[in-house]
Amino acid sequence: MSNDIKNNEETKTNKVLDRREFLDWCLKAVPAGLTMTACGFSAGELNADEGKKHPAVNESQAEANYAMAIDIAKCIGCGRCANACKKENKVPDGPHTVRTWVERYVIPREGETMVDSPNAGINGFPELPENTDILKSFFVPKLCNHCSNPPCVQVCPVGATFQTKDGVILVDEKYCVGCRYCVQACPYGARYIHPTKNVADKCTFCYHRITKGLLPACVEVCPTQARIFGDLKKISSPIHRFLRFHPIKALKPELNTRPKVFYANADQEVR
Amino acid sequence: MKTGKIPQQVVVLSLISLVVIVSFFTMRFILTPKSFGKYGHYRADAIDDVKNLPISYAGAKACGDCHDEIVKLKSKGFHRGVSCEVCHGPSAGHTEDPTSIKPEAPRQREGCPLCHNYSPSRPTGFPQIITAQHNPGKPCMTCHRPHNPVPPVTPKDCSACHRSISAQKMVSRHAPLECTTCHSVPKEHFKNPRFVRVEKPTTNEFCGKCHSSDAKAQANLPPIPRIDVEKHAGRYLCWDCHYPHSPEAK
Amino acid sequence: MEPAIQQVVAALEPFTGYIYPNEYYLQWELLIVLYPYLTGLVAGAFILASLERVFHVKALLPVYRLALLSALAFLIAAPLPLMSHLGHPERAWEMLVTPHTTSAMAMFGFVYAWYLLVVLLLEIWFDYRVDIIKLSNEKTGFMKLVYKVLTLGTTDVSPEAVKFDDKVGKFITVVGIPSAFMLHGYVGFIFGSIKANPWWSSVLMPVVFLFSAIVSGMAMVMLIYMVTSWVRWKTIDMACVNKLAEFLIYVMLVDFTLEFLDFIHRLYESEESIQILSQLITDRLFISLILLQVLMGGLVPLVGLLVARFGKFPDEMRKMFYFVCGVLIQVGIFSMRWNVVIGGQMFSKSLRGLTVYKVHLLGLEGLLMAIVLLVLPLVVLAVLLKLLPPWLAEKQEQKTA
Repeated sequence: MSNDIKNNEETKTNKVLDRREFLDWCLKAVPAGLTMTACGFSAGELNADEGKKHPAVNESQAEANYAMAIDIAKCIGCGRCANACKKENKVPDGPHTVRTWVERYVIPREGETMVDSPNAGINGFPELPENTDILKSFFVPKLCNHCSNPPCVQVCPVGATFQTKDGVILVDEKYCVGCRYCVQACPYGARYIHPTKNVADKCTFCYHRITKGLLPACVEVCPTQARIFGDLKKISSPIHRFLRFHPIKALKPELNTRPKVFYANADQEVR
Repeated sequence: MKTGKIPQQVVVLSLISLVVIVSFFTMRFILTPKSFGKYGHYRADAIDDVKNLPISYAGAKACGDCHDEIVKLKSKGFHRGVSCEVCHGPSAGHTEDPTSIKPEAPRQREGCPLCHNYSPSRPTGFPQIITAQHNPGKPCMTCHRPHNPVPPVTPKDCSACHRSISAQKMVSRHAPLECTTCHSVPKEHFKNPRFVRVEKPTTNEFCGKCHSSDAKAQANLPPIPRIDVEKHAGRYLCWDCHYPHSPEAK
Repeated sequence: MEPAIQQVVAALEPFTGYIYPNEYYLQWELLIVLYPYLTGLVAGAFILASLERVFHVKALLPVYRLALLSALAFLIAAPLPLMSHLGHPERAWEMLVTPHTTSAMAMFGFVYAWYLLVVLLLEIWFDYRVDIIKLSNEKTGFMKLVYKVLTLGTTDVSPEAVKFDDKVGKFITVVGIPSAFMLHGYVGFIFGSIKANPWWSSVLMPVVFLFSAIVSGMAMVMLIYMVTSWVRWKTIDMACVNKLAEFLIYVMLVDFTLEFLDFIHRLYESEESIQILSQLITDRLFISLILLQVLMGGLVPLVGLLVARFGKFPDEMRKMFYFVCGVLIQVGIFSMRWNVVIGGQMFSKSLRGLTVYKVHLLGLEGLLMAIVLLVLPLVVLAVLLKLLPPWLAEKQEQKTA
């Protein structure tokens, strides 16, 4: 593994535990093997030389780092992204199981900011009450932030949700036990429990599309190009240019999740 | 129990714990999925499970393979950035079997207002109409070609796009003023409203044309509040305190 | 949808303000309230037992074995609510086979196994071993077989062996105290480590959980002791319950102080979330937090215990006081678990709205299931008491005396 890759991958590989090595180590340490501390230590010890032992760990993976940027000034709140997501990913119908949704912010001259997202914005937004004294109003599309430091992956007890080498957070629906800890740990409300599969479900950046060279469905259908998708490592990628020329805000930066969904022209009320 | 001998309890318990531990690790070895841990603490096969999901949206490039003329037409119009499947729905099936699977082709008024109905939350300059007032009942297609939606008549009225501003101005003291009194509108603004903007006044002297104490009186208008522009404002600009579209608002 | 219908639906919507679309359904329901409550009882009961064993509080001898058996009964029931709330209970083994070392929840299997197998079962076995061997000789038929199995093949009842049992038992208890702390501190950590949730995220969470666990466990053992004595027509050892009440008072004071500290700290730091959390307390948790947890389950029994222990009352009166206080404490600690688990999910992480939780009656996560799971440990305890009567020691003492 070359140095720069290792740096880029450090968050992904460092906390990862290799099964075979874990087994080997545990068998050597049988007397202490059953205890929690043994498990805890094994992780630390393995990290140090994991890179050396598995030089080809990346061989079959594309070395990308996918990310999305959203220009709030361009979003017209048509909800086509949320609609396309439901269709592309066969997300269960209903307003409370969504992978992406559009929020409408209405900031009045005085008083509390109002936010709504009826049916994720798919059917449009109801008219504002008359005499709403608006200071400003705008739409904010939301989705899984595919954090570089994902709290959901940290808390998953079985390794059923994980970060791929190209920076996408996925859920293994055949392995998820449905404990819902990841739903609790997500600060962005991006996860839900699939009502029939009984496993956690979330945005995949349309992993099945991007690995075929297509755009995520929401980006594909956005009529105003408010959503920009690309590979952070490629200088030619549109997201690269976008990040260079816009002041960017990430959601809830104080939690150090290091999101990879970047917002341009976001108001401070956005959270 | 004799001294020097290992107590019976210890022997028994050691045997039991050995059995438990060995069976635990055996079970662990058997039950761990094959591809687990190949790349990290997860089933590597799960990546392929996700990768192999079927796609529904074919992507705009695929459409151009057959419908090149429409794509060409669209590429020059206002809808150049609108992907085909925004209106026609997911069409991956159509690309595989073009004859029997046909994509949606909305012809009524249902689709267009999703983007073009007026909403104060939409960005300024985005073309919007009030659906209820805009030729009610008529399909949008009668006047607008969706693949090249040039308005049949370029709206002369600024309120077509700037509704909230014109609504405010309408009930304000500035109601009798035309927009062009303060803004000069380049022709290109009608074609490309987001890139060619209207000009705005930049100096207090502009407001002073009507409001300074030595401005020429206009007989046909109600009395205009007059001030000494230099003393009144100091180093502030007029619109720091007064909103020109609704000057009496505080 | 017609606008009129839309308005009706909007009026019926059980949330105020804005919540993220996926937050509409609560993820952790009644059963997850039960889980920290049950593990808390385990930890508390064990700490109580260790008071006698390690710290030689001789007054507590009558409840020593009872406390151990109660801990075991509750520990057996503790993972059941966890299991039944899983979306895929049949995949629970994955937590043992491929535990994710960064996940607090994955460590549950190991903490639990350590505590059950290494601490509790071993301590009970060493404590009862001689009795079991005796019973296996006395009984006949099926029960003989059961006791024979429980001896695990040991037959040695020599004084040296008994002495060895005692020594090992004590050693295990010493190991057991940090283990009990870990077992419940870790349950607090599951919640306290969720940085996304400002109601949970607190360093004090494990400590608060631990002390409330000790409170609930001690009170529960006191209740069980009183009930079993009444059922057996035995007199309650007043020295023992008085001592229990004293310890309860001390621990409750610590617990109350910690919770108060946590509260003041949040209020004083006044972070971004303070507004929605204040709303949460006044709108949604007023009954369960202010009335049940703080007042009925905290201050009232604390004052009650103080008055009963140090006031001049006849023993019968005092017992009733203790009993009522014990029950109130259970209500209080259960409310505390409720307020943490349910309360933490009743506000939106957008910090803009509150949602509502309605308890279901039926179903895997419903009220009936919760009641079953609450009664189950008591049934297990009854079986254990039948199998390994804690009062064997009493009789022996009476004989020797």
